[in-house]
Amino acid sequence: MTEAPMRLWEVFIRSRNGLAHQHAGSIHAADAEMALQAARDTYTRRGEGLSIWVVPSAAITASDPGDKDALFESGASKPYRHPTFYTVPDEVGHM
Amino acid sequence: MYSQALDQRDVQRADSQREAGESPDRLARFQARVEAEEKIEPNDWMPEAYRRTLVRQISQHAHSEIVGMGPEGNWITRAPSLRRKAALLAKVQDECGHGVYLYAAAETLGVSREELVDQLLTGRAKYSSIFNYPTLSWADIGAIGWLVDGAAIMNQIPLCRCSYGPYARAMIRVCKEESFHQRQGYEIMVTLCRGTAAQRAMAQDALDRWWWPVLMMFGPPDAESQHSDQSMRWKIKRFTNDGLRQKFVDATVPQARYLGLAIPDPDLRFDEAAGHWLTGPIDWAEFRRVLAGGGVCNRQRLEARRRAQQDGAWVRDAARAYAAKHAAPAREAA
Repeated sequence: MTEAPMRLWEVFIRSRNGLAHQHAGSIHAADAEMALQAARDTYTRRGEGLSIWVVPSAAITASDPGDKDALFESGASKPYRHPTFYTVPDEVGHM
Repeated sequence: MYSQALDQRDVQRADSQREAGESPDRLARFQARVEAEEKIEPNDWMPEAYRRTLVRQISQHAHSEIVGMGPEGNWITRAPSLRRKAALLAKVQDECGHGVYLYAAAETLGVSREELVDQLLTGRAKYSSIFNYPTLSWADIGAIGWLVDGAAIMNQIPLCRCSYGPYARAMIRVCKEESFHQRQGYEIMVTLCRGTAAQRAMAQDALDRWWWPVLMMFGPPDAESQHSDQSMRWKIKRFTNDGLRQKFVDATVPQARYLGLAIPDPDLRFDEAAGHWLTGPIDWAEFRRVLAGGGVCNRQRLEARRRAQQDGAWVRDAARAYAAKHAAPAREAA
């Protein structure tokens, strides 16, 4: 007999002060408080973090991999958005 | 962490309905992505057989972590010192965490945690045969860390480069945490081997019992491992069972010699030309028997899992009820 599912949460951890929270994995828990506890036990057993965020997985809207070209292709065709596109005379030095 | 190449007989059994939409063109594009070392992510298109293979391999791996807490948990209350006890507790807690990372990776393929747990508890899912052997003495804890975790690390390092992103990321995390497991085990063996004659005998006895089952952890020989090829093409596997087994033997024989222990294999010899330690024949009949449920502890291990699931049911029920109760007023206030 399969049990009723527990909610799924995504776990984000800030490893050091000054760094952004990064996705670490997911966890099942009935509520946010339990999710924080479970995230701490699962993802920070060796001092990996200073701060944890938990977010219900269902609250995340993700882009469709099928739209990858439409969304991101244009970035690749605009080299003038990168500093290396522009030439600066050597005499000017580092810029 | 204990991945094992278990038998994968149904990997290529055609799931004709879902695979009907898999045109040769689509399959070729998928294969090209894999060969370009692009990671496949959960929402990407993938062949059904690839998905099935991964669900089975990752969940078996997860089950192995969870069941693997049993043999070692057996010695937590009888660890010979506080230092050993703290280390063993931390190791068993890691195994639980590794099981959870892996279940989460499997769930990204569209299978629920509850379903996976159910498969284990009803005996439909397999786990590594090594955990169906008993831990009879404290030296077994040393031997498990040194040999079982050592073999697991050999298996897992290449899995960090697996083509499926979530599995590869889980394995990176696991491998980082795992090296302490092997070192603590070897330290136990060193301590015993420097101890009294009785302690050395205990260490030798543990090696005698664990050596062959550990070699079996790498799975059946390549000649019999029918689906190894497909997993290699999909870059789920990077090395063959026999290749990994050989690496393990080559690394372990000198470690046993340092301990002054004898490997229980009269045929073991060093092949100068190949630069490898060659073992005698492995008893694959035993491997199949244990995998099929005929090991010393198969029943005990599953019973322990079922009991844990049952005993924890009220906690999960209470957590769900508490969450529902506190969610209701929040909705009213909003």
